[in-house]
Amino acid sequence: MATAAPDTPVSRLSGWGGTSVAGVERRSEDLEAITCDVALTRGLARSYGDSSLPPPTHPVAAGSPLADRLLAFDETTGDLRAEAGYALRDLTRRFLPRGWVIPVSPGTQFVTLGGMVAADVHGKNHHRDGTIGRHLQRLRMRVGSGRIVECSPADEPALFWATVGGMGLTGHILEVTLRLVRVSSPWIAGFSRRISDIDEFVVALKQSASDWPYTMGWIDCLARGRHMGRGVLICGRWATKDEAPRHYPKSLPRVFVPFVCPSWVMGRTVGRVFNEFIYRLHRRHGRLKMLHPEPFFYPLDVIEHWNRLYGRRGFTQYQCVLPDSAGPGAVRRLVEMLSGLGGASFLCVIKDCGDEGQGMLSFPRRGVSIALDLPIRDNTQSLVDQLNEFVVAAGGRVYLAKDAFTRAQHFQAMEPRLARFLAERRRWDPEGAIRSAQSVRLMGDRP
Amino acid sequence: MNVVVLGASKGIGRAIARRFAERGDRVFLLGRQAEDLARSASDLDIRGGQAVVAGTARCDLESPDTFAPALAAAKQALGDLDVVVVTAGEFGTQAALETDLERTRHLLDANFTGTLLFCEHARALLLPRGGTLCVLSSVAGDRGRKPVILYGATKAGLSHYLEGLDHKFRAAGLKVVCVKPGFVKTGMTAGLKPPPFATTPEAVATIAVRAIDRGTPVVYATGIWRWVMFAIRMLPRAVMRKIEF
Repeated sequence: MATAAPDTPVSRLSGWGGTSVAGVERRSEDLEAITCDVALTRGLARSYGDSSLPPPTHPVAAGSPLADRLLAFDETTGDLRAEAGYALRDLTRRFLPRGWVIPVSPGTQFVTLGGMVAADVHGKNHHRDGTIGRHLQRLRMRVGSGRIVECSPADEPALFWATVGGMGLTGHILEVTLRLVRVSSPWIAGFSRRISDIDEFVVALKQSASDWPYTMGWIDCLARGRHMGRGVLICGRWATKDEAPRHYPKSLPRVFVPFVCPSWVMGRTVGRVFNEFIYRLHRRHGRLKMLHPEPFFYPLDVIEHWNRLYGRRGFTQYQCVLPDSAGPGAVRRLVEMLSGLGGASFLCVIKDCGDEGQGMLSFPRRGVSIALDLPIRDNTQSLVDQLNEFVVAAGGRVYLAKDAFTRAQHFQAMEPRLARFLAERRRWDPEGAIRSAQSVRLMGDRP
Repeated sequence: MNVVVLGASKGIGRAIARRFAERGDRVFLLGRQAEDLARSASDLDIRGGQAVVAGTARCDLESPDTFAPALAAAKQALGDLDVVVVTAGEFGTQAALETDLERTRHLLDANFTGTLLFCEHARALLLPRGGTLCVLSSVAGDRGRKPVILYGATKAGLSHYLEGLDHKFRAAGLKVVCVKPGFVKTGMTAGLKPPPFATTPEAVATIAVRAIDRGTPVVYATGIWRWVMFAIRMLPRAVMRKIEF
């Protein structure tokens, strides 16, 4: 089985953006056994900041990816029960050929079911289908007191809804039961067109929401003046049997970033060229095309280790939702502010959000979500602070699965739901055993 | 094909059982814990899209009295046996084993004595109509090396035994496949820093199943290890005393 193996443990754990702490990940197929005495469970570590990192005084995390068994599947209803480490990539590859898909999919398929529940992920169809929490049936988890508990919207509903979007802080998620949905073909009927500025973008997103289950926009954050906020609107739906190609979509090759790149690679100049190229790639007036589902849902997954492009200091993704109540100009003001502060974002994604889910800390609410990839520079903390002040004033909130820089006072100002979440957490974990580097930073947990 | 997998609920054994299930072969699972085997059986049935698991039975490499009943149950459930795969075993770092002789005894019992006795039972069942016995050994058995002296010794003995079986019984229809992985990222090696050429259980499973299909007597996983270990075997003893590999 194994050969020479150094005895030194892996001594640092990091999030996808490069935020890291001293720590060790304990992995086993038996997730129940390894969650007895750890502060946190992590999946494939695709959350960008420190939400999957253990606290400083208890630097051992349980890793769930080896706990990846499918436990039950009902071909008539689509109900799937699986261990929490089961990965979305395997789910798609296994069930799409049989005509089933996960109802809500985040922007990468390298996530586990447990991680999806903890972040209460949303996708391009949030305006129609909500977050993953809406499609969950049941969870099995080890709570902070050590007990194994099952919860659902009917049994222990408060624990269930605290866990949905609770960033793994209510307990170690061991098993997930959710309902898959049937699709008419394995292809996407997609459509994309150029949008000339940010105001048009918000209107176009809202208009297309009624016609398309999947909508999102890519914004050129480096464009200035009348082109500020120009970009590409992308819409899609599962193709019907008649319009879809007869063959199954082939596996796509993945390219690989072999080393950590110098920081200028994701700088302003390369960004301008890249953004111009992407903008010109799309037509002014789009037309319907049959698309491979993987690049449609997970465009960045074709580049393995793409986070290495951001250099040794890494990057953070700032994702916030601005509620409709903030008014039609709020998104423009945020983009203007970002431009003014010099926050050159290589990648900026805008999404239309529907109604808020029941998860106590679930991110999306009715409005517009903006996600910006920001290379970490000396001024990143101050940039995030200023963006957060704007978001607090607008009544919005940030996405914990992406966050690494928000200060506790900003987070608490954004989250009137926090007290209820913390009370429920205390009920199951009075000693505060389960915590993360992020909960220490934002929720005042003991280190 | 009818396949028996010992160690099917974890690591490489789990990955090999999945490969067989996904292509529709019938499998019978052997392992230490009944509940764990039942969960793995569900996993394989769902992945296979049909009932591919013919049954499960308790079998523990440290309890030789479980071998015959477990294999008999497999034969009864599957009818004829085409392939028996043995992936179960223990691992311990040299430092851990040197300081814990009880643990060393368990490792020696499981990886050598238990595995060979199980293989003898499997050989007796497979021989009358021919079949394949596939066993997971390791590159650690190719040469005595400082970091894996005790673990490597069990695998060296195992590889030696498998080679002898191949020499003696190939003509009688028994194909023996010895799989030699390098460092594999499993629960057993979690917490250890992966060295160069570390691989996944899935990659090892692909190589192992291909070797079973072709009847390849010795296969490295991944292939680069064939050349690495060739070079290591060529090194003079004086050099081996100096390096830490």
